[in-house]
Amino acid sequence: MTSHFIGDTAVLTGRSLRHISRSPDTIITTAVMPIAFMLLFVYVFGGAIETGTDSYVNYLLPGILLITIASGIAYTAYRLFLDLQGGIFERFQSMPIARSSVLWGHVLTSLAANVISLVVVVLVALLMGFRSGAGVVAWLAIAGILMLFTLALTWIAVIAGLSAKTVDGASAFSYPLIFLPFISSAFVPTETMPGPVRWFAENQPVTAIVNTIRDLLAQQSIGSDIWVALAWCVAILVGAYVSAMVAYRRKIL
Amino acid sequence: MTAAREPAITVQGLQRSFGDVHVLRGVDFDVAPGSIFALLGSNGAGKTTVVKILSTLLKADAGTAAVNGFDTATQAGDVRESISLTGQFAAVDEVLTGRENLVLVAKLRHLDDPGAIADDLLARFALTDAGSRAASTYSGGMRRRLDIAMSLIGDPPVIFLDEPTTGLDPEARIEVWRTIKRLADGGTTVLLTTQYLDEAEHLADRIAILHHGRILVNDTLAALKKLLPSATVEYVEKQPSLEEVFLALVGEGAEHT
Repeated sequence: MTSHFIGDTAVLTGRSLRHISRSPDTIITTAVMPIAFMLLFVYVFGGAIETGTDSYVNYLLPGILLITIASGIAYTAYRLFLDLQGGIFERFQSMPIARSSVLWGHVLTSLAANVISLVVVVLVALLMGFRSGAGVVAWLAIAGILMLFTLALTWIAVIAGLSAKTVDGASAFSYPLIFLPFISSAFVPTETMPGPVRWFAENQPVTAIVNTIRDLLAQQSIGSDIWVALAWCVAILVGAYVSAMVAYRRKIL
Repeated sequence: MTAAREPAITVQGLQRSFGDVHVLRGVDFDVAPGSIFALLGSNGAGKTTVVKILSTLLKADAGTAAVNGFDTATQAGDVRESISLTGQFAAVDEVLTGRENLVLVAKLRHLDDPGAIADDLLARFALTDAGSRAASTYSGGMRRRLDIAMSLIGDPPVIFLDEPTTGLDPEARIEVWRTIKRLADGGTTVLLTTQYLDEAEHLADRIAILHHGRILVNDTLAALKKLLPSATVEYVEKQPSLEEVFLALVGEGAEHT
């Protein structure tokens, strides 16, 4: 059975990629909210925010990219939930396939869809004046961190999709994830925040990830933030993956 | 006639509870290869639970179940190679076209030339014209036909049909019946659950009635009819049934919608 894992995963990934190509609105709606935030913060609030950098778009973009991912992964929970409801999940499970490829198909699709949304957001940022002199290695590092973050959050979405009772429940879990960047260094420096809020902001995963990406884009030395960021991503990924597998086993017994 | 061969499905002492609810309280039955076996029961009798255990989607609390000689608990992979499940709700991918749905299943069954398999089944189920349309545009009957066609891919020796005609109009229902008959004629073992008595009467070689988690009776239709006092002769005016009227008016076997 495991010998079919790669082939089955490829077939099932192809299936859900087709879903996306037939409803490209899912990619557009994923990108719309982060772009709206970007416009709002750059052109409305940005003038009053003191970040110590000359370009607020440059400062803002890393956090916006994380918001894009947080809103994009909700579709994974949604699609998985529909599979469970429609009975096609049971059909797959009763077939001689590598069973976990049903989940991996959705996860890889989420990765592909989020890459497209992220590219769209970066292109809009370029139009708004975002510039970076970062080289290929720095961009690859950024891409790697974003992919890891997407993977980690997507497995959280898998838990939500498997355990949701309603369609609304399947996507509502992502709201806190979308707002997490607001209580971080994504929009304003954490130094201005009052004690407990500042403590939370400085010790939650988004700040470390945002700081790392920001430093990479600005071609500055990245310090220890990258290790904190990677540790968070891997910890969330492992935790979410294990919980998703528990939820999955419960579903098929 | 099939007494010499091993049963295609063997169920012994099957029990399953969900919380405090004892859905199955010791279910036993055998199904001979190539026969149609109907599991009859009202809603909540446990029919779907039996089918889910047989198709390795659910584990039993006690008892054993074997399909095609393989134990559903310890040889689940071999069981899945031997079966196909058509669940209560047509399990088709709404976004994909009919043809893509068939190709998808053929690929997941690791068969050669999925495209040819799909085209052949589209023709057999009168879906060729609709093959390039998204399944979401199909009528209930077409969707069920596609669903059953997907289940036939790979010619599994045992097919489970869980309430295959629930929600279908009379014509579509008769069409599904024909398909099931053809399957059994071709040597496939069919386990069918239904709450329609006439469906079991029409199709099944053997009928078992599942009630409160136990099999009440399990026999041929003729033998079941003998359970009640022998027939008395009554003279009644022969009225056409509403089904006969309906089919006469709309034309049975007319163009597929």
